[in-house]
Parts: sequence; C-alpha cells; structure tokens
Amino acid sequence: MIATPEIQTARTRGIANHELLEVSMGPHHPSTHGVFRMNVLLDGEVIVKLTPVFGYLHRNHEKIAEKNSYLSAIPYTDRLDYICSMTNNWAYVLSVEKLAGIAVPERAEYIRVITAELTRLFNHACLAGFLLQDMGALGTPLMYAFREREKILDLFESLTGSRMMCNYLRFGGCRCDLPDGWLKQAAGVLAAFSPFLDQFEALLDENEILHARSEGVGVLPRELAINAGVTGPGLRASGVNYDVRKVDHYGIYDRFPFRVPLGEHGDVLDRYMVRILEMRESIKILDQALREIAPGPIIDPKAKLRNLRPKAGEAYGRIEGPKGELGFYLISDGGPTPYRFRVRPPSLINLTVLEDMCIGHSISDVVIILGSVDIVLGEVDR
Amino acid sequence: MLGRGIIRGLIETGRNFCGSYHDKERLTTVQYPEEKLAPQENARTIPFLVYDGNDPVAGLRCTACTICEQECPPQCISIVKDTVKKPDYLGKMQLHPKVFDIDITVCMSCGICAEVCPFDSIKMDQVFELAQGKRSMILHKNNLAKSNTYFGEIHPTEAAAVNEARAEEVRKAEAKKAAQAAPVSA
Repeated sequence: MIATPEIQTARTRGIANHELLEVSMGPHHPSTHGVFRMNVLLDGEVIVKLTPVFGYLHRNHEKIAEKNSYLSAIPYTDRLDYICSMTNNWAYVLSVEKLAGIAVPERAEYIRVITAELTRLFNHACLAGFLLQDMGALGTPLMYAFREREKILDLFESLTGSRMMCNYLRFGGCRCDLPDGWLKQAAGVLAAFSPFLDQFEALLDENEILHARSEGVGVLPRELAINAGVTGPGLRASGVNYDVRKVDHYGIYDRFPFRVPLGEHGDVLDRYMVRILEMRESIKILDQALREIAPGPIIDPKAKLRNLRPKAGEAYGRIEGPKGELGFYLISDGGPTPYRFRVRPPSLINLTVLEDMCIGHSISDVVIILGSVDIVLGEVDR
Repeated sequence: MLGRGIIRGLIETGRNFCGSYHDKERLTTVQYPEEKLAPQENARTIPFLVYDGNDPVAGLRCTACTICEQECPPQCISIVKDTVKKPDYLGKMQLHPKVFDIDITVCMSCGICAEVCPFDSIKMDQVFELAQGKRSMILHKNNLAKSNTYFGEIHPTEAAAVNEARAEEVRKAEAKKAAQAAPVSA
C-alpha cells in the first residue's frame, strides 16, 4: 500500500480533513463470519473509524438458562460457539461442578481432554481455511481443512450422536462411554492429521501472497492486548505467555507436557502461525491422552442429573477454548435454576480491539483482520 | 526466489487433485440425493415413543409422568394425562398419555428427553428428510409411536441393553409374586 501524505495525516490525526465516505459492511457479507456489521469511515480506501454493530444473532441465552434447570442449559451452550460445542460444554459443566462440589472420575477427564483437543484441531484448521478464503484463496485451503474436520465430526457423531451440537458432557463426567473401537478410530484420524498439517503448511507457509497480505497488518500491541482482556491465540501472537491450561491447571492438563507457542509481532501472520503451532501441540496432547486413557467409571455416581440444587453461592469456571478464555459465572440461590448465569465469551472480548487493529489499513485488510480474530457470532451476540 | 512458495503450493494442490482420482480416502463426501450414507448407530434426530408388541395404543411404554415435558430445554413436549389406568409390562397399573405432542419445529434434537425418561419410553429417531411445505409440524401420539423392533434396528446396542434390563425386572417381579404366593399355598 502506498502511503500518501494525505493518508498519513489522516492516520496521525485519527480523522482525515477531506471528504470521507461512510460504508456499512455487513451484516450479510460473506467475510463477516455470520451476521456482523461494521460501520467504517473511509478516507479513500483507508479506515479512519470503525464502529462494530452486533446483536443480529441475539437469542437471549443467559436469560433462558436462568429460567431452565441446570441440565437444560447444556444443549444451549452447544449453540454459543457452534463450531466448538465440546469446549462450551466443558466450561459450563466445570463451573457447575465448582458450584456444587462434584468430583470427576479420571476416565471422564481424559475423554474431556481428547474431545476438547480434537475441537481445537478442527477449529484452528477451519479458521486458517476461512482466513485464506478471505485473502482470496478461493476454497482450496478451506476444503482441505473441512476434509479433516469431516473425519473428526464423524468421530463426534459416533460418540455423541450429533456432529456439531454434541450435548455430551454432564456434571461429574460424560453422558455415555466411548463406543467399541472409538479410540482406535481416533488414533487413525490423529495419525492422518499430522501429514495433513505438513501438507497444509507446504501449501501456505511460504506463499508470497499470504505474506504480502498479512505481514505487519492488524498489529495488536502487547500492552493493548493485555489491557483489553484479549485471550487465546490472539493474545499469544502478541507475545504474552498466557494459556488457561497452564495457568489454571483445570482438568488434568498438568499431566501433559506441552509448549505454548508465542508470536512476536502480533500481526495477522503471527496469529495464523500461532494457530498452526498450537495444532502441533494439540496433536502431542492427544497422542499422550489416547495412550494413557484407562478403563473406569465415566461419571460420578453421586452426581445428580435432574433436580440439581446447588447450595447458595457463586462459581466461575473457565477453560482455554479454541478462541480464548471461555468462562461461565454462576450464582445459585439454592433453587433449581441459576440465579445469575453469565458467559464470558472470548469472541466478543477479542473483538473489542478490532478498531485499534484496523485504523490506517485499507478496507480489504479489515476483512482479514476480522478473519484472524476468529469470531463466531453465536458467541458474540448470544 | 519470488514465487517459490506459490509454486510449492500449486504442486501440493496438483498432488491432491490427481490423488482424488485414484485414492478413495481423499473423497470424504458422497453425491447426496443419489447416494446416501447410513447414519451412525448413535446418531439422533427427533424423539419417538416406543411401544411393545404390535399394538401402538396398548403397548405404549409411556406412563405420562411428564419428566420429559419438565426437562425439555425448548419445551416442545406437551402431555395430557388420561384418567384411566392400564397395566404395564410388570402388571402394575399405570397412567398413560391422552395427548402426547412434540412440536418438531421447536425441538432441537438434544436428546435430554430420552436421557431422563425412567421408563425407556422416549428414544431418539434417525429419520432426517423431514422437509415439508407447511409451517407447523406437530407430531401427535399416533405419529410418534414406533415399535420396539424398530428401536432395535436403529440402536441395536442400546436396545439390547434396555430389553435385557426389562426382562430382568419381569423375572424379579415374577419371583416376588411366586414368593408371595408360596406361603399362602403352603
């Protein structure tokens, strides 16, 4: 991009002094990953101001969960981030387990790690595919990613009965045990994932167009990322070593030696590369988990399925979801429904820095900056 | 060299393109309306009611306890209890539903009704081509009732476990009855 003096003035002053154009991008725009709208103020092609508008997919999730029983809220959490239902389930059941003081048997913990890491694998693969689609690589990377996702979704279907809306985890364990041969099938899928990543990286990593489009674009400074509460791969790409799996040691993650990949520049390319490296680490975790999982009970026999009435109190359960820190804050007044049910959605909070990342870049870069934030509107709007 | 990355990527694309002609593994999809994959055993779509034997009215396992109605997250089930009782498989007198409706347009296929049912009466079906011209789609008791044989066909493992548990209960009930009858005759 050629930076003319006028554009530089507009950048430094935050607003240009000649004629500006206001454009409404979305809500029905293929690059907005759902129904997200941005009101952008343009100076030529350069962004001067960006106002996100959301709420088009608002479904009243929190109030519905406050009206329904604790059990009935689980299928609704599937629909928050509808790509990663397993991790959503985990965050919710974790907070209810903290609230009611329910223990989880070891096999169930292993199953949770396996399903969550599989979710992370296909979420990151699809995100890379979508990001490249936004850059103009029409279909090829996305279809390769979807081919692998398909295999993992088949695993989820044979385990839980549903491909995307799994509704699988329960307070104190899981709904059903792994079917015969599932672990072997999962090991097969995992064995094919590593070569797929090699292929994916050969396809993309050195690509000049990818580098030209993403290097130095949408830089998120380290301090801003921390102050804005950004979590997940977006934060780590800015060089902050923060992973809830390492910080909180929830579940049995302290048994798995894995590294936390960090970026240096915090641009779109770093956010892409951090995700690719995270997939490599997830494969290591999965290898170990599939090797170590032992037979045993899958649910705490004392845990109640229906009529759960936790003692009055509050609990916050959080996990490292594929998109960032996903937390559920619950307050119980001793009744059959939560008194307050609050979701801390990583997508929404990561989106708050969108304007800071976009100002000074051209409108075509907005599309890839938004793509690299990795949002799902089901979670943003709830 | 500028363009090296692109050429490397194109080689990868070419390998995949050629591979899709001889390697079945690379083709993960089928041409849907002409070719259909059988659903997996655990797959679930909408709920249905199981009946024993051949009579969908007399053999219906449902006892109108309304647990599924209370637990259903989107509240798509509506049950009206009948006032007349009828004997169940153990010979106990049980209520049964006069009306049992499920609004399929509201149902979100979560399977919680099947999970909480203490009578193994409501289970998840595997039908999926449900598109129709009308807006509303409420299934009544007679549409929902399907035989235990059908349940055994779609979920063989689960159905075998359920049948075994119910047979065990019948055996226990008969043993109890025999034990009660024995002192009287003696």
